[in-house]
Formats: sequence, C-alpha cells, structure tokens
Amino acid sequence: MVEIALTQTPAHVRHGSSIGQPLTRRDGVLKVTGAAKYAADHHPPGMLYAVLAVSSIARGRVAFLDVAAAKAHRGVVEVITPANRPVLAQDPDEKTNPFMFRLDLLQSDRVRYANQPIAIVIAQTLEAATEGAVLLSPRYDAEPARVGLDANESFVPAVVGPGFPTEARRGDVEAGLAASTKNIAEAYGTAAQYHNPMEPHAIVAAWDGDTLSIDTPSQGLAMAQGRLAGVFGISPDHIHIRSPFLGGGFGCKGFISGPQVLGAIAARAVGKPVKLVLRREQMYGPVGHRASTRQTLRLGVDGDGKLIALDHHTKTVSSTFDDFFEPASNISHTPYASTAIATSHEAVRADIGTPLFMRAPGEATGSIALESAIDEMAQACGMDPLAFRLKNYAEVEPISGKPFSSKALRECYRQGAERFGWERRPLAPRQMRDRDGLLVGWGVGTATFPALMFAAQAKATLRRDGSGVIEIGAHDMGQGAWTALAQIAADALGLDIDQLEFRSGTSDLPDAGIAGGSAHTATAGMAIHNAGADVVARLADIATNEERSPLFGAGNAGVIARGGRLFRRDDPSRGESYAEIIGRAGRAQIEGHGTSAADQATHSDYAMFAHGAVFAEVKVDPDLGQMRATRVVGAFAAGRIINPRMVRSQLCGGMIWGVSFALHEQAVMDPRSGRPMNANLAEYHVPVNADVPSLEAIVVEESDPYVNGLGIKGVGEIGITGTAGAVANAVWHATGIRVRKFPITLDQLIEPQ
Amino acid sequence: MPQSGEGLTAGTPEIFVAFRHIPPAGGCASSIALVEHCMGFSTTLTVNGVKRTLELDDPRVTLLDLLRERLELTGTKKGCDRGQCGACTVIVDGRRINSCLALAISHDGADVLTIEGVTQGDRLHPVQEAFIAHDGLQCGFCTPGQIMSAIGLIHEGHAGDDPERVREGMSGNLCRCGAYQGITEAVLEAQKALEAASRKEVA
Amino acid sequence: MKSFDYVRPATVREAVAAAAEPGAAYLAAGTNLLDLMKAGVTRPNLLVDITHLRDLYHVEDLADGSVRIGALVRNADLAHDRKFARRFPAVAEALLSGASAQLRNAATVGGNLVQRTRCAYFYDVASACNKRSPGAGCDARGGDNRLHAILGWSQSCIATHPSDFCVPLVALDAVVEVDGRAGQREIPLERFHRLPGDAPDHENMLEPGEMIVAVRLPAEAARFAAHGRYLKVRERTSYAFAVVSAGAALRFEAGAIADARLALGGVAMKPWRAREAEQILIGAPAAASLFRRAAETALAEAKPSGDNAFKVELARRVVVRALTLAAAGTPERMPALPGSPFAAVFGVVNHG
Repeated sequence: MVEIALTQTPAHVRHGSSIGQPLTRRDGVLKVTGAAKYAADHHPPGMLYAVLAVSSIARGRVAFLDVAAAKAHRGVVEVITPANRPVLAQDPDEKTNPFMFRLDLLQSDRVRYANQPIAIVIAQTLEAATEGAVLLSPRYDAEPARVGLDANESFVPAVVGPGFPTEARRGDVEAGLAASTKNIAEAYGTAAQYHNPMEPHAIVAAWDGDTLSIDTPSQGLAMAQGRLAGVFGISPDHIHIRSPFLGGGFGCKGFISGPQVLGAIAARAVGKPVKLVLRREQMYGPVGHRASTRQTLRLGVDGDGKLIALDHHTKTVSSTFDDFFEPASNISHTPYASTAIATSHEAVRADIGTPLFMRAPGEATGSIALESAIDEMAQACGMDPLAFRLKNYAEVEPISGKPFSSKALRECYRQGAERFGWERRPLAPRQMRDRDGLLVGWGVGTATFPALMFAAQAKATLRRDGSGVIEIGAHDMGQGAWTALAQIAADALGLDIDQLEFRSGTSDLPDAGIAGGSAHTATAGMAIHNAGADVVARLADIATNEERSPLFGAGNAGVIARGGRLFRRDDPSRGESYAEIIGRAGRAQIEGHGTSAADQATHSDYAMFAHGAVFAEVKVDPDLGQMRATRVVGAFAAGRIINPRMVRSQLCGGMIWGVSFALHEQAVMDPRSGRPMNANLAEYHVPVNADVPSLEAIVVEESDPYVNGLGIKGVGEIGITGTAGAVANAVWHATGIRVRKFPITLDQLIEPQ
Repeated sequence: MPQSGEGLTAGTPEIFVAFRHIPPAGGCASSIALVEHCMGFSTTLTVNGVKRTLELDDPRVTLLDLLRERLELTGTKKGCDRGQCGACTVIVDGRRINSCLALAISHDGADVLTIEGVTQGDRLHPVQEAFIAHDGLQCGFCTPGQIMSAIGLIHEGHAGDDPERVREGMSGNLCRCGAYQGITEAVLEAQKALEAASRKEVA
Repeated sequence: MKSFDYVRPATVREAVAAAAEPGAAYLAAGTNLLDLMKAGVTRPNLLVDITHLRDLYHVEDLADGSVRIGALVRNADLAHDRKFARRFPAVAEALLSGASAQLRNAATVGGNLVQRTRCAYFYDVASACNKRSPGAGCDARGGDNRLHAILGWSQSCIATHPSDFCVPLVALDAVVEVDGRAGQREIPLERFHRLPGDAPDHENMLEPGEMIVAVRLPAEAARFAAHGRYLKVRERTSYAFAVVSAGAALRFEAGAIADARLALGGVAMKPWRAREAEQILIGAPAAASLFRRAAETALAEAKPSGDNAFKVELARRVVVRALTLAAAGTPERMPALPGSPFAAVFGVVNHG
C-alpha cells in the first residue's frame, strides 16, 4: 500500500458543532457522586502508608533522628533517612535544564528551608506512620535563618520566570521623568503566597521490577516521566503515571515534587505499593510558592496625561539552592503605551523553599502594583482612572512595537463599565456610602495575559463502527479539559460528541505539554485538531480513490466531514458514513496523528495576548476597617471560546484569586526561625463563599486568525490580573487611604485618632 | 474490673465501658497497671444505610480515615485534616460535620451518610444535578464536601431562599478553584426543587 | 497522634473518677481536642468520652427564672433554639458568628469554654511556649503577634481566648457548674478563665479531673433581650476568628440606660468584662459621645503586646459600634451574617 502523505489540504473540511457549546462538565457526574478517583483514593493490595517528617528549622542540619522510637511504634515497617535512603541514579541537586528544579530527596542531613522533608516513615496504617514521624523527634544544629527581602546581598539574576530577560527597555525613562509634567514614584509590597490546592500532593507508587506505576496529580505528565526516569535511572516508558483528576494545581503540580518522588523511593525501599500524602502544613515549603516582592513604580506623564515614562522595578527572593525569580515587572511590557518603558529585577536568596509558577506568575504580582500606580497617576492628573487607561491605550505592543494579533480591550472596558455602572463613579474618594453607612469604592484594573502555546501530540482513530477515539495525555485540574478538549476532538473528527471516545490523563498517551501558562486548551486542542485533520484526510483518501464510493473522484473538489459522514463538497447529497468507508476497505480502523507547536513566524510578527477589564466594588466599614468585595464585573476577550460555561467558571475563579491577592492571602514567616506560622487553612486566608457575593464574567467576542488554527487564547490566569488592582483601587476609592502593601489588612485602614 | 461490652444501647444496664488498646511492643506507657488481653475497639456504624460492625485495632482512627482507608469509601476527601476546609463533610445522625475531627469509636451506633449514599439508585440527587447544571465545581475535590454540606444546610432549614444566608451557611467549605457562584446558585435551585417535591408529596 | 486508652462512662460520677488519672482528657465532640492532638500540642493517655451522658444535653428553665444549658448541648442547637435565642440574642449571635456550620453542629457548650488559644506559637510545638511548657519562653513576643492580646497579658504570655460564645456570657454574668472528685461547685464565668500572669499553663479554674456540667444564665440576663448584640471584626467575611469582638446588652427605662453589660473578645486570655464602662453608661440616654467615653474607659488599661497597637483603637471603635447596635435594638431576625459589620440590619427591631 502506498504511504499516504500527511495532508494539510483544506479540501477536506470538518464542519463541527461541538465547539462553542456550553456543555456541562463531562466528568461532572463522576465528581458529584464522589466516584472520580484522585491519587490518594487508590488502594492497591498490600499497600503501605508513608508519612514525611519535615524540618522545623529553616537552615542547618539534622543532628539526630530517633529512628528506634519510630520503629518501635506498632505498625511501623521502615524509616528512611539520608543514612539509609536507597541510591539514586541522579543527584537530586543536579540541574541540566532550567525546568529541572532541585529536589529534596534525603540526599544529606542538610536543611535548607522549613518544612523540608527529612525522613519517611512507612507503616501498615496511616495512624502508625503519622505518629512514627512524630516520634522521630528531630534534633538540629540550627543556623540563623535568613528571612525576607532584606535577608541577604541582592543581585541581578540571569533570567526571571521561565527564562525571560531580567531587564527590558525602550527609550529613556530618566529623561522622560525629568521632562514630565507630573510624576509619581511609589513602592508596593506583595506577600509570599502558597498555592494551596484543595488536594494536597499525594502519590500511590508501585514497582514491578524496573517498572514504576503511580497515581499522582500532575500538570505535566511527560516531564514528570522524564524527571522520574532520570532520578531512578530507568527508561521513561517504564514509568506509568495516572492523573485523570487533579484536585487543583495552579502551578504547584507542574513539575514532579520532592515529596512525590519520595513516595516512589519509599515504595522501592519496601518492595510494596506505598501511599504518601502531604499533610496540609507540609504544603508550605517543598512544593513551591509565590515569592514576596517589593516593587517600585515610577510614572511620568505629559501635559495631556499621556505616559512618557514607566519604570517598573521588582525585588524578589529565591531559595539558597535554586532559581525561580517572580517576573513581576514584565507585566508593564503590555497594557499601556508609554514613550519610554523600563523593567528590571533584582533578587536576594533566603532560607525558603524554591518559589515556583503560581497562577499568573509575575503577571498577578506585577499587575496589582502597576494598576495601583496607574490609578495614582490618574489621580494626580485629576482624571477618571478608566479614562486615563484609555488615554494610554497601547495600539501596538509597547516595547517591541509589534501589532497585536487581536486586541478587544476597548470593547472589554466598554462592556464591563456599562454592566458595572462605572459612569456614576465620583472622581474623588470617600464619596459613596450605602444605606447602612458603609463606605463604598469602585476601582478598575486592566487584565492581560500572554496567549502561549507549547508543543503537543495527539492520536486520532476512526473505527469500523463509525466511532472515533482521540488519545492525548492531557490534564484536567478543573479547567475543563475533559470537556473542552473532547469538544475540539469531536469537531476534529467530524463526529457528534457521543460518538467519540476521549482518552486522556495518563503518561501512556501522547505528550500534551504542560497544563500551565493558560496554554493547555490551545496546545492540546491544536494537536487534537491536527490529528483529526490527518485521520479524516486519510479516510477521505480511501473514499475518493474507491470506485464503489459515492465520493469517488472527489479528491480535487474536496469532501466535508460531519456527523460521522463524508460528503462531496460539490454535491452534498452524495456521501457515506465512516463505517461504510472503513468497512468496505476491510480495515478495523484508520489512525492519524497530529502535533502542535507555537508558530515561530507569527509569534515574532505579532504580540499575542488575551485582554480584559475588571471593575470592582469594595465596601469598607468606616470605623472598623473590615472590607468586602461586594461586586466584581470582568469583561474578557480571549479569542475563540470552546465552552462558554467552563470559561466563565475559570474567569470567575481567577477573579476570586484576584480578590484574595488584594485582601486576604499571605504567608506569615517568623522573622527569627524562618518558619511559616500560618501553615494551615484557618490562618492562611483564601476567600470563603461569603467573601464574594457577586461576580460576573462577560466574555467579549473576539476572533484571532494568528494565535493558532483554532483561535484559542486561554483564560486560566487572566482573571487574577486586573482584578487584584481593581480591588486595591476600590479600597482607595472607598476610603481615600492608599495602601501599598498587599494584602490590604484592616489595620492599614485604621488611623489612630 | 470493667469488661468491654457491646456499647450502650437502650435497655441494657448502664455499665462502665472500657476498651484497652494493644500495648505497643515496647510496653504500655499507661499508668494503669493492669492491662487486659486486647479486645480491639468494636464500633457499629450504619453507613449509607448499611449496618457495619468494625473491629478497630486503633483508637486514633477518625471517621474520615475510617471511611477512606478502611471502608474504601473514598468519595469523602481529606483537604486539611484539621476541620478548616470542609472537604471531609459527611452527615452523622442527621447533621453535617467535619469527619476529620470525629473519632470513629466515639460515634459507635451513629448513622452516617456520605457522598456515595446520596444517589438514589442511578438517579442523581437534586443537589448533585444542580451542581452540574450551574457548574458549581471545577477540580471536584471539594465537591463531595460541598454537596454534603448543601444537603445538610437545606435540611437545617435556616437559609431559606436568601443567597446571603446560603453563602454564609456554605462558608465552611473552601473552594480554591473559586466555584462559589455556581455552588450558591446550585444550592438555591436544589432547595427550590426539593421544596416543590415535598409539597407535591404532601398534596 | 499518640495512642490512648478510651473509656465511655455512663454517669458523671464515673467520668470524674476516670478523669482523675494524670494525662486524662475529656472527649466531647473533639473539635478542639482532636485538633490539638493532631498538632502534638496535647498528648493525653486516656480519653474519657462523655458524649453518652444524656443528662447534659438539655436546656432547661429553672424555677428562679434562670436558664441552665447542659454542657453537651451543641453550639448549633443552642443558637437555633428559638426560645433561647429570643431571650439571649447576643449569645445566639455570638454562637452563629463562630467557626462553620459543621463545627457548630458538633461542638459543645462545655468544649467552647475550655477551647485553647489559636496563638500560632502555642500550636507550633517547635516554638517556645510557656503555656505548653512552663518556663520555655514565649516566641509570640517578637514574632507574628498582630492579633495577640492588648489586655491582661504578661511577659510570659500574650495569647487570647478565641471563643465568641463566652463573650456575651461573661457580659450576662453566666455561671459555670462544675463536677469533680470534690463534688459539685459553681464558678462565675467571669472568673473561670485565668489571665496568664506567670503561669499561663493554668488557663482556668478547673481542678484536675473536674468537668463542666452546665452553664447557667441568671434570670436578670433575659432582661436585655430587646437590646442585645454581638459584633465581631475579622479578616474575612466568615469562618475566621475575631480580631476584636464585643457583646453589648442594654436595658432602657424612660429613655435612659437602666442597665448595661459589656465584654470584649479577642483582646485577652479571657473575655474582658468592662464593668467601669458599664457604670458610665447607666443613667444616661444613648449617645455617641457617651459610648465613646465608655469605650475609652473599657480600654483604659490596654497596651499593645507586639505589632498590635491598632487593636487598642479598633477595640474602642468596636465597643462604640456594639453599643450603638445594641441601642438600636435587637433585629427581628438573626442577620444573614451574624456579628458582621456587613450584617446590615439597622431599622429592623425586635420588640420582644
């Protein structure tokens, strides 16, 4: 048989109807019945329980562990410490690429941060393992902990975030500031934050010779496979990872973490399946966090209120042993035009766990500072904050000068403002009260997030019975991949969605790229789209070359795929079903493959971002300082929307994170010990239901032919940007008090009489 | 010396019930001199309508860990183990509680309803249906706890159709994904559906 | 957690006898005890499960007009007891402002009284804490102490008592009924909790093995039903401990305050009864200036114990607001957000 060449010809079009439908979650029934299995829900026969002991000091070494006491506890089977940890194929501190984070795998008795794993206790019951870990009663040789943004000598890192340049500039900000009619210079501080997904990291690991099977939440199956392969010195295809459901990720499950690897090590050591689940307090250290920052913004405007200088400098912090620098200043590259722009970063090292990507890393952190500064500049100019933003609208990407692939931001401002009722906003602060006497404030923030695309692969199969299969190792952490990607898959195969089997969530399937950067739907979706194109083309090729087919000879005119049938484009009354084509050809199935990757050419020609405008109302008790974000309206344009229901949920979830960033969450470190003192969910405040009484996400229609073949931009993270600043600005508008340290706490609003 | 018994039930003479745990290999740390031959901890729970008598060998087992690790009812989730997130919410003797802070042996004789017991055959409960319809879930990890809490809240009957009361009443269930809007809408709708159904029954 | 022996007595007598062992702890719902055991803060050898003491589950009206609340009555049941809530609205509001519905469904009246502080250094066994280990030191001093005490603290301990329920109870002169090996006795709630002094480990007046069997509100306490409120300032709208709270209750005669009760929460290791402030209020008509004077007096001795100077001013304002709310009248219906500054119930008054 002649090798069929992969065809990209538009001759064979697949008309779909699933994309764009607000389908309810396909995994909804599993989740509402408790049948969806997360990692810790598994119990292979013979399974033992592993619990970590973690360090209570931030710096020094473990001098003694009472292993005998732990082992004497009924049910304890083994204790693994640096003294007896099985040999690994790789040094956990080895770093051969920037996405390999150094892991704490009991390689020595050295302690580098509070809550660093220092031993594993394995037992027959969870109760025994837990108490065994306590009985280890570690003793330490502690050294003085280096804590906070002034912990150490500051330096300029080589790169920030995933590898961005540390500095960027256009024009001369100093000259701009000097020439400005008005200028401001302010410092803003953001606190350390922890991802705190509801599901703590967990792993159920089982070895069979050199084959490792694990159930563990992962946002990056293929990368996890690779990392584990290196650590254990086995082939990646000896590693099988199941992660159909994650109980939240937000970035902390993007790379396999030390605790997860320790679970696999424990299983190997005892020769039995092992379940290891982090305790909530252990989520504060070894699995990443958002580092604290101190940001300085200097802005200058000309006589018309147009920005002629924008300087954004960030100081942040990483661990003493690895690099991740929160790229907060880089938000200033995008939302506002300014003749001169400069962004820069510096950092210190402290005795903390290595920070990591945390939902809108850099963007969220920089956004709250930038949006506050923009408001302060607007106020100095006597301008409405929305008018000021419109005045400084960026028609092209500010530093690079590139055109935007699409930008419906004006429409976002307009629709959001209208829905919110912005036009009634008094310019001056502390002018509005509700009928109960509470101060009311309204604030706005611009939301922006890059439209990223990674690389992925997918496999498509059309079966003899006319049904189809799409296989891709994608990840659903709540953003709706099981649903949205299946919709794309259905359209890609020209099938109704109930004729489709969508297989995902395991490393045994083609690499879908990391579920991060809000890029997963685009990345995985395009691979699925292309795989579908490939298999349909192969099917069409068979039919158009088959004399007995009504499609015979239609190769040049092309065929259309819809509802499990191929039709002649020049005569839609002539067609036949997939089943008929495949059956006649004597085949059991037809297979196709597809890949996706960012198109380098369009990426260098265009700036690609999703945009939004968020309007927030905050009520503040005038005497007591307690705050509540009573109303938030966000209007977002993110290209083509695969499933409006899922997208609205993502946007609302992001907006809640924005409220949290501005008003609630912060990790409190003891300045002497370097220990997080609120390593729990009672004192580390994430919003509760009553904190966000009214949220609305408006999806603004937008069509972008450049960003990728499906026009998808991604919405997972944009909701935070814009919202955090809008809420902060609303607090100022309510009270007249400008707070520059986030989260805004009521003590910052109480002025002594 | 007190003997272990079947626990207190109506009609039995009141007896002092004592349980001794199996002493650890290193010897019993208790100051009580006499240690009886181990009896284990016998606990009877009706879980989702099924009466189960369990011989626990460990008094420390919480109701949550009993469900998840020993009864293979993993629908109830552990988010914090400290009563701070609500993911472990179940209904015990008609009340929604955090099962992570309930000692299994202390609930001898209790009636426990978990997420696995909510569906009626293959019919979803109105609360479950409403959660799907209003997308009151994303990652789904807090969802079983939210649903049990919602069922409890509706049964308590204090919130009525006031969204503010529903929000407050559901604030013991954290959702990091931020599905609160959908959750509140789902609870309000389910409550209406259940009220309508019960009015129909009465009629 | 450490393993333990477990007994389930059938009578208070048996419970008290069992709890005489050193290292014994009473187990009611366990919402505080189990949490402390998981944190390793408390490691009892024996749990005395009192949940089967049926007599302790009732709310009864006594002949002298007082109300006796059994120690095992659940927080939720008490708060939703219509008759109780009508007579003691500030107590009901305080109960409903605390914790979450799930915790309120399980937690008991007795347990609420003896709950431990939420101070992070108390909970963190790696930190120095004089309450956990006398003489070890107090790491809260010089540490994360924004929310710590401004009244009644000592060099040994700056923690606060986290109960909401106890605050209006103290204002209303509640009495704790206790049973122990030495027999039954009563302790006014105002004296039940001890300030730290140099023995912060000695938190309340219970002798080893004593258990709370009831809390009693005197008949007089019901005379404040028309003007009783609880106000709780916190850092999220719900499911958070108080930064500062206050229970305020007033009784009016001929337009003037005939009697006043005021206690603060979140400011000390016990609810802070402000008797001198109450005296300032009596005889005068309600007025903002009067309430401010009362607030000044109530906080006259307040001193920051760390980074919490703001709490002194906040507490003054909380007193003023609580008195203002009480003066406006108890709402007809429990607010949707009990105790919250966002409760929004001005103008709807209970004429009970």
